[in-house]
This record gives sequence, C-alpha cells and structure tokens, in this order.
Amino acid sequence: MDLNSVIAMRQEIFLLAILLLLIVGEIFMHKDKKGSLVHLVLLLFGIHVIIGFFAIEESSLFGGMFRTNTLIHFFKNTLNVGVFIVLLQSSDWIQEKMTPLNKGAEFFMLLFSSLLGMYFMISAGDFLMFYIGLELSTLPVAALVAWETSKRISSEAGVKFILSAGLASGVSLFGISLLYAATGSIYFNDVIAVLASTNLTILGSILFFVGLAFKISLVPFHFWTADVYEGAPIGIASYLSVISKGAAVFILMILMFSVLKPLIQVWENIIYVLALATMFIGNLFALRQQNMKRFLAFSSIAQAGFILLGLITGTQLGTATVVYFVLVYIFSNLAAFGVVQSIASQTGKENRDDYNGLYRTNPNLSLVMMLALFSLAGIPPVAGFFGKFFLFAAAASKGYYLLVFLAVVNVTISLYYYLLVVRAMFIRKNENPIPFFKNKIYMKLGLIFSVLGILVLGIYSPLYDYIFELSNVFNK
Amino acid sequence: MIAGISIYEIFTLTSILFFIGIYGFITRKNLISILISIELLLNASAVNFVVINKYLYPDVLQGVFFSIFIIAVAAAETALAVAIIINLYRQISSVEVKDTEIMKY
Repeated sequence: MDLNSVIAMRQEIFLLAILLLLIVGEIFMHKDKKGSLVHLVLLLFGIHVIIGFFAIEESSLFGGMFRTNTLIHFFKNTLNVGVFIVLLQSSDWIQEKMTPLNKGAEFFMLLFSSLLGMYFMISAGDFLMFYIGLELSTLPVAALVAWETSKRISSEAGVKFILSAGLASGVSLFGISLLYAATGSIYFNDVIAVLASTNLTILGSILFFVGLAFKISLVPFHFWTADVYEGAPIGIASYLSVISKGAAVFILMILMFSVLKPLIQVWENIIYVLALATMFIGNLFALRQQNMKRFLAFSSIAQAGFILLGLITGTQLGTATVVYFVLVYIFSNLAAFGVVQSIASQTGKENRDDYNGLYRTNPNLSLVMMLALFSLAGIPPVAGFFGKFFLFAAAASKGYYLLVFLAVVNVTISLYYYLLVVRAMFIRKNENPIPFFKNKIYMKLGLIFSVLGILVLGIYSPLYDYIFELSNVFNK
Repeated sequence: MIAGISIYEIFTLTSILFFIGIYGFITRKNLISILISIELLLNASAVNFVVINKYLYPDVLQGVFFSIFIIAVAAAETALAVAIIINLYRQISSVEVKDTEIMKY
C-alpha cells in the first residue's frame, strides 16, 4: 500500500479513522461526559466533508476491485453532505433520547459503517466488492431501524427490513452467479469485454437487478418501504430515503451504462414498465396516507419512478440528469424530513391533520416545508422543477413520448397530495394547533443547509454544466 | 470435480434449492422459518459459485473466494436478524408473521 493508494482511498480511510476513534471514545469516556460526543462527531464529520472536496485523480486499486474517478468522487461528496445534514437534524434526538440510554456512540458507528459500505459499493470494480459494499451498507441500517428497542413498532420495522433485505440480496447473488457462469469473471472490465445477450445473461442480470431495485424501492420490491419508514427513527427514515436510495441509483446507473450495456434492448422494456408501475403505485398510495412518514415514503417511491426515466436513456445526458436529480432530491427530501422530525421531536405529532394551522404558530417551519414540497412536486422557481424537466427532456430525446406524457400525468397527481399538506399548513383552521417552539441550533443548521441546497441548485446553473462535464466518464 | 456428475445435475440441485428458498419465504408463517429460507437462497448461490469455478473456469479461484465471503456475510446477517427477532419476541411474545401487522398499507 503506497501513498497513491492512500490518496485515492482518502475518504474511506478518514471515515474509518473516525469510526475507530468513536470506538475508543465509547470505551474510555466517562458516562456523564458522553453528551459531548455528539459535538465531537459533528466536528470530525464536518472536517471529513470539507476534506472530501479536494480533487482526486482517476485510479484503480487492488487489481481493479476498487476504482475511483471524478464522477464517483463527486457523488461521494454528495453523500457526505447528505449524511452531514442527517446528523445535524438528528443530533438533538440522539442527545436527548439516546445518550441517557448509553446508545449514542453506537448510533454514529453504525451510520458511518453504512456510509463506508456505500463508498465501497459505488467505487466497486467487481461484483465481490459490490456485494460486500451492498451488505455493509444494508446491515447496519437494519440495526438502526430497530434502534428504539423499547418500541414495538421499531422492532417490527426492523424485522421487515432485514428479512426483505436478505431476500433481495440472496436473489441478487444468484443472478451474479449466473453472470459469472456466462462470462467467467467477476471483474466489471472482463465482464464488459465478453458479455453477450443470451438467455443466461438476461436471466442473471434480471435477478441481479432485484437487489438494487429493493434498495431503490421500485414497485414490485417496495412493500417494506412505508412500514420501515414509519417504524424507524425519523433520522434513519430520512437516511434510508435519501442516502441509501441515492447510492443505489448511482451504482445501478454505472452498471447499466457500462457493464450491462450489451443487454440494453432488454433493459429498455424492463425499465419502461417498472417506471410506469413505480410512478403510478407510489403516487396513488401516497394520496391516502395520513401519517407524514408514510406519506413521504410513498412520495419517495414515486420519485424513484421519475429517476428511472433518466436511466432508460443510457447516454451522457441521462447520466447527468440522473445525478442532478438525485442531488436535488436529496436536499428536498432532507428538508421535508427535517421539518417532520423537528415537529415530531417537539410535540410527538406525525399526522397531516396535526399540521393544520401550522403557519400561524410556526411560520418559518411551514415555509421550509412548503419549499421542500414544491421542490419535490416540481414547481418552477425551486430546484425540483429543473431536475424533473431535465429528466423528461432526456427521456424525450430518445423518443419515449408516451412515457414522458404519463410521467407528466403523475406529476399532476403528485402535485395534489403535496399541496394537501401545504393547504393544511396555510389555509386550514385548527382549534389547538402545534404551539410555537424554537428549534435547537443543530436542527436549524440542518434545515438551513437543505434549503440553501434547494435554492442554489435551482438558481445556479453552472452546477448542472459541471455535472454534465463529469458524466462523460462512462460514455466514452 | 466429482466423477460421474456433470454440472447440469448440480445446477438443477442449486436451482431447486433457490426456488425452495423463495417458496419458503413467501409461504412460511414463522419469522425463524423465513430466516431459514433466506439461508437456503444464500447457500444455493454459494454452491453455484464453487461449482462454476471448479467445472467451468478452474484456472482462477474467483468463485471460491466469492463463496467464502457469502458464508461470512450470511452469518452476520443471520446474527443480526435473530437479534432483531428476539427483541420483537420480548415485546409481543411471538415470532409469528400474523402478529407483526400493526403497520399495514
């Protein structure tokens, strides 16, 4: 291991160092002083986020098992920023609820292990590294979903999550074994060279697809989503919906645009059907949800359907639009989850009817929520509009007019239920609304960062050009 | 390689194992049985990797290494799942699927 490999794996190594430091801190810190651990972790992770932005060169390590380039590096930074916001938003919850139970440090350890798994997953150069990364990113989250061990709903969500995850990874592994049988290698580069469209490879790649479709919660594999989001601690629900989904979309895109490119004819049909099913079922089920966490879960399923519109194209434009949309989606969803979390942690209320008249008592929070929902729905001044617009443009450039039309119909449906929440907050009257409260500083920072993200992504267009420039890596 | 047994027979075996796993996952009413079904799935893939390595591509040991990792990860996954199921059992004194239905639709 020489200096170059250390530099190429800089983010992984630094995160691992934070992880080890946490273990040492957990063992040697006095019990009364563990409350300060949260500040320390936020500081260290903040440094990690900033260090991550220094440029990295394209390189490949361990005989091609680990590779990195500018696009992967960019995406890792995106995940970093997202996790940082998740940490900011859930730090009060950890400090108030978890530290007294002596469960604060483990929370960070598991979350960081999961993030480490995602790093390895998105820079994997072969199926083995990919599989280990996938499992490393899923298993700690299962423990975190069942984190509130005294709550029945949390354990139930944990059981549902880990059993579904096990099924998905088992099916996915069988698919990898069939691909291995057909190509004789598990390295992506060797697979690209010999992969041909035969029945065996088609079956293998479809089975393989299941594992990632589970993480993105596409429609036949979405049953766990709403239950797990409802039962999990809200910080973990937002982590699952944003970071985990984003990383899975990214690696799925890399694999489809490079490794499984010879099977593009098959993919187009599958993605077409799945995109329609995901959008319609996600949106229609979101209409009837009262609980805000379930509501956001179905809305995130519907958003995954929109992402598939970018994946269907397989061009540089497709890559750029998917990365940009995921970026927008991360900030918008984090803002929405942040508001839900701050209200739930202050008052314990999670239903839409409880939000009636929120604008009278908490105008700032309702404005943040409105901005986030407008961004998710795709209303022009904010970033979500451009994200959706580019996705539709990418799909239309390949001639999928019917698909784009049905997607626009879905945007209209989704507008209805997003505006239901806005109506509840701004127009509806309530006898006893949620009283005025002040957020703690970390929660405020988390909300401010996500709102800044929504606004900057919407207004500052050179960012999209920058992403477009990066995205030619896989389409040479 | 085993004398007298071709790769087709072993593939048939692993495919049957795989589908028994899927069937068990869908139909079983007990969380522990579902966990066992998942183990079947993972082990079917592990056998597949070893056999493909041995019969088709014997020069490099990629498949064998893959199966070792599968075994390790499967152990971790089972341990975690059992821990979560035990925690659920403490609260509802049951590991039946029908008792884990307070969140639906």
